[in-house]
Amino acid sequence: MSLLRVSVWRGAEAGEFRAYDVPRQESQTVLDVVTHIQRNIDPTLAYRFACRVGMCGSCAMNVNGKARWTCRTHVADVAIDGVLEIAPLHNLPMVKDLVTDMAPFFDKMARAKSSFKGSRTRADEFARVMPDSPRRKEVDAAIECIGCGVCYSACDVVTWNPEYLGPAALNRAWTLVNDVRDVTNDERLAAVAGDAGCHACHTHMSCTERCPKRISPTAGIAGLKRAVAAAVLKGRL
Amino acid sequence: MSFRAQVLLWTAQRVSAMVLGLCVVAHLATMIYAVRHGLSAAEILGRTHGNYAWLAFYMIFVAAVAIHAPIGMRTIVAESFGWRGALVDLAVLVVGVALALWGWRAALAVFG
Repeated sequence: MSLLRVSVWRGAEAGEFRAYDVPRQESQTVLDVVTHIQRNIDPTLAYRFACRVGMCGSCAMNVNGKARWTCRTHVADVAIDGVLEIAPLHNLPMVKDLVTDMAPFFDKMARAKSSFKGSRTRADEFARVMPDSPRRKEVDAAIECIGCGVCYSACDVVTWNPEYLGPAALNRAWTLVNDVRDVTNDERLAAVAGDAGCHACHTHMSCTERCPKRISPTAGIAGLKRAVAAAVLKGRL
Repeated sequence: MSFRAQVLLWTAQRVSAMVLGLCVVAHLATMIYAVRHGLSAAEILGRTHGNYAWLAFYMIFVAAVAIHAPIGMRTIVAESFGWRGALVDLAVLVVGVALALWGWRAALAVFG
C-alpha cells in the first residue's frame, strides 16, 4: 500500500507543521486524510467538517498553499509527489490546528449590511421579480455563496488591509443591492464604500479563481464600486 | 477621512488613469517620432515654443500624474507598511502638489 506524506499544522499562531504517513486510497479526499489522522494516529487533531458533500462549507482549509473545501478535493488532484501540506485558512485567527475563528469573517458580513430588509408585510401581495430582469440575473450570478471563507483566505487585500470587508461580504452586499425589494440600499452602499470596502479591491481575482461555487466576487465588487461612485457623484450618499 | 472623500479619491484615480493612458501613448509616439527623425533638442524646442496645443497637452498630462500617483502611493504605503491616517494623507498631498508644480514648470519651460 502506498503512503501519503502529510504535513499538518498543529497548534495555534505559534504552532508548527507535523508530518504523518497516511495510507493512500482510491478516490480519497483531503478530508478523508485529515479524518484518518484524527481517528487512527492522533485523536487530538482539531478540524471542522459537517456535511462532507460540499454544502456546508465548514471544512475549508489550505491545501498545498491554496484554500479549498477539503471534502470536495481529491488527493489525486492536489498531492505533489505524494506530499500534502494542510494548514488552516489564512487571514483568520487560528484557534487550534486546522480550526480558525470565523468571527471576523461573519462580523464583516454584518458590517456590510448583509441582511435583507424589505417594506412589505405578510399581508401584502408577493413582490414580482422577473427571472430574466437584469438585476435578478446579477443576483443569480452571486447568490449561491455558502460563506465557507475560501475567498476571504485567498484575498491578498485582506492580508494587507485587515479592515477590508473581503470578497464574501461584498458579494453578499451586491446581491442585496440588486434586490429590488430591499429598502436599505443607500445605507448598504455607504457601508461598503471606501478604503475598507469595495474600493480597496485590486482586482487580483484570487477570490474568483478559488471560489468553489464558481462565483465571481470580483464582478460584484466592480459593480459596487460603480454603484457607490455614482451615488456619491449624484449626491445621494 | 470620510468615505465620500475616499470614494472621490478612487474616482479621481480612475479618471486620471484614463487620461494617462491616452497621454502616455501620445508622449511615447512623439518620442519615437523625434528619435526616428533625428530631431535635435533645439528642433524640438522650436516646435514646442509658443505652441498652445503642446502646452495644454503637457499641462493635462502633468495634472493627471499629480492626481494619480499620490493616490496610488497612499494605498501602497497603507498596504505595505500599515501607514494610514491624516499625516499620510498630508504627505501624499504634498507629493501631489510638488509633482504638479515641477511638471507644470517643465511644461512652461518648453513652451518658452
